[in-house]
Amino acid sequence: MADETLDASGLNCPLPILKTKKALSKMDVGKILDVISTDAGSVKDIEAFCNQTGNKLISTTEDSGKYIFTIEKV
Amino acid sequence: MTAKENNKMTIIATKGTFDWAFPPFIIASTGVAMDKEVTIFFTFYGLNLLLKDTSKLRVSPIGNPSMPMKLPFGPKWLQKIDFGPKLPNLFWQIPGTEWLATYLMKKTMAKHGVAKMEELRSMCQEFDVKFIACDMTVDLFGYDKADFIDGVEFAGAAMYFDEAASGDHHLYM
Repeated sequence: MADETLDASGLNCPLPILKTKKALSKMDVGKILDVISTDAGSVKDIEAFCNQTGNKLISTTEDSGKYIFTIEKV
Repeated sequence: MTAKENNKMTIIATKGTFDWAFPPFIIASTGVAMDKEVTIFFTFYGLNLLLKDTSKLRVSPIGNPSMPMKLPFGPKWLQKIDFGPKLPNLFWQIPGTEWLATYLMKKTMAKHGVAKMEELRSMCQEFDVKFIACDMTVDLFGYDKADFIDGVEFAGAAMYFDEAASGDHHLYM
């Protein structure tokens, strides 16, 4: 179960990434953030973001155009 | 691999039209979000991107044949038509057409959930992107330093080199 949820629905690149960064910076290490996005480009982008920042992408799920990314702050 | 070891990035922003305001701010804000240390050096027309009042920024369809021009509203069939290649350059000489093209681009961006330029710019500042305005072109074009947003440093090309001394992302836009 996520500790925080960020709804980035309707937002386009690079806003989901910027808002994810902001949300994570307010959280403690080990906490879980769910990011909801409707931007298909964010699938690759969130993966790249986690790659570069060292945060852990636990899962990506898609449900009729809505993407949910579960990220653990590292 | 994380970017920690070599995390410096610089951008030279040279263009001052509304559309070209986006690439430097998008790349810079995303860069800092991904733990890079980013500096943007604004020179020549790029200085316009640092003004407090950005309402005068326009897109210029003149001599820009690659610019798609679709209506962001109206019936579906109408929205599909790309007016860009259909309208002769002469059309854009008519007063008010540049304003119209800018208005339509803003509408299209809002419809697609693209951030406003000012929003991206303030996010850059919030994430500590360093903004340097080229002192020489500020003088050359007679800008008043009071017209620029807070947090801008004024310096020359040598400072750019100091900023670009490390890292391997250095972009010219």
